[in-house]
Amino acid sequence: MALTDLANPTRFLAFVARALPVLAAATTLAGLCAAYLVAGVPDDYQQGATVRIMFIHVPFAWLSMGCWVLMSLSALGTLVWRHPLADVAQKAAAPIGAAFTFLCLVTGSLWGRPMWGTWWQWDARLTSVLVLFLLYLAVLALWQAIEEPARAARAVAVLTLVGLVNIPVIKFSVDYWNTLHQPASVLRLGGTTLDAAYLVPLLVSALAFTLLFATLHMAAMRNEVLSRRLRTMLLMAARRGVA
Amino acid sequence: MRRAFLALIRRELRLGWRVGGGGAAALVFFLALVVLVPFGVGPDLGLTRRIGPAMLWIGALLAALLGLDRLLQADQDDGSLDVMTGAVLPLELILFAKALAHWLSAVLPLIVAAPLLAVMLGLEAAAVPPLLLALLIGSPALVFLGLIGAGLTVGLRRGGLLQAVLILPFTIPVLIFGVAAAGGATAPMGVLVGLSLGAAVLGPVAAAAGIRLGRS
Repeated sequence: MALTDLANPTRFLAFVARALPVLAAATTLAGLCAAYLVAGVPDDYQQGATVRIMFIHVPFAWLSMGCWVLMSLSALGTLVWRHPLADVAQKAAAPIGAAFTFLCLVTGSLWGRPMWGTWWQWDARLTSVLVLFLLYLAVLALWQAIEEPARAARAVAVLTLVGLVNIPVIKFSVDYWNTLHQPASVLRLGGTTLDAAYLVPLLVSALAFTLLFATLHMAAMRNEVLSRRLRTMLLMAARRGVA
Repeated sequence: MRRAFLALIRRELRLGWRVGGGGAAALVFFLALVVLVPFGVGPDLGLTRRIGPAMLWIGALLAALLGLDRLLQADQDDGSLDVMTGAVLPLELILFAKALAHWLSAVLPLIVAAPLLAVMLGLEAAAVPPLLLALLIGSPALVFLGLIGAGLTVGLRRGGLLQAVLILPFTIPVLIFGVAAAGGATAPMGVLVGLSLGAAVLGPVAAAAGIRLGRS
């Protein structure tokens, strides 16, 4: 099935009805696997049991950036290819991305307190992720401000593409300004520096959270399609009432 | 094309100066803002000396953003933006000219007045030239970034606050490097040049895209 086939909302809803249970089941399975693996991880010689925060903090951090990239691709879909579901995908992703970014900040703060001795530091990585969170809130505010979905979608698409500038800043902030947050240790040139005992549970956990994101995103897209249908029906009913 | 560009800048400057006090109002705003600081943090010259550059930067940021929504909104409401779009200049250049004129009429007076305020905040004489240079180089970036917000929210009824919400996250790098450059270091000054030049391209292009897409 090509991406263009899903442009038809009815066909998309049928696809969601089939795919969503499968995705939800896969999410549950991966989540259970990740929980089992994380429970079996040995304590770190320095960090003790708090190292387990990594298995939720790092996936949230990856997905908070991945979600913005997804939104940017959707923005291109809106502006360039005029795919009718692109702005639905963009709108559905924004609150999930905001929530994941928020959770990334919260878990990082909870981890930073025992490890760095501070809840918050104006470090380059922390600040740039906070900026990302503000950008998510800006996108949500712009969606709220413009009533007509098609017009809102185009304005938000421009904002999303401008905000894409921040993603490389976050990714490379730890390499340029080595202040407090550690440099990249998993996705780096020359291979990972993480021990396999931690790497495998981390990757499984990241897979579980990615599946969770996909499930939530698909459900939110379905809800958005339905709510737009409802809006159109209400508008039509109102027009009929006047005439 | 150059004549149209210059004519547009002249028109905007004239509007900026003659309507609502223009540069004078911006100056009074800046002065009032700086006067508020000692009340907020206590009249300690040592403290105001340390936060002085940051205060002047925030004043410049607010002054750059405050009038910006009116810049496009008034022309959108009376239709002159549509007329200008049909003229010889592409929309991007029109927006560039308007932002440049806004910088000249609303931000440049502040930079001229900044040495006086810097002295009032207790900054040392040697610290003033790098601060001025940093403001001069970095503040255009604030105006051009603000232009994106103005372009995206033009035609909305309550665009002003939303515009600030959209744009403030993008201004953080300018403030970081601006305050660092005000300390006299040369490397942040280079980054500031880059930010201003980048914003001068990105701002008008994104704002023009926002306006065009809002119309169709």
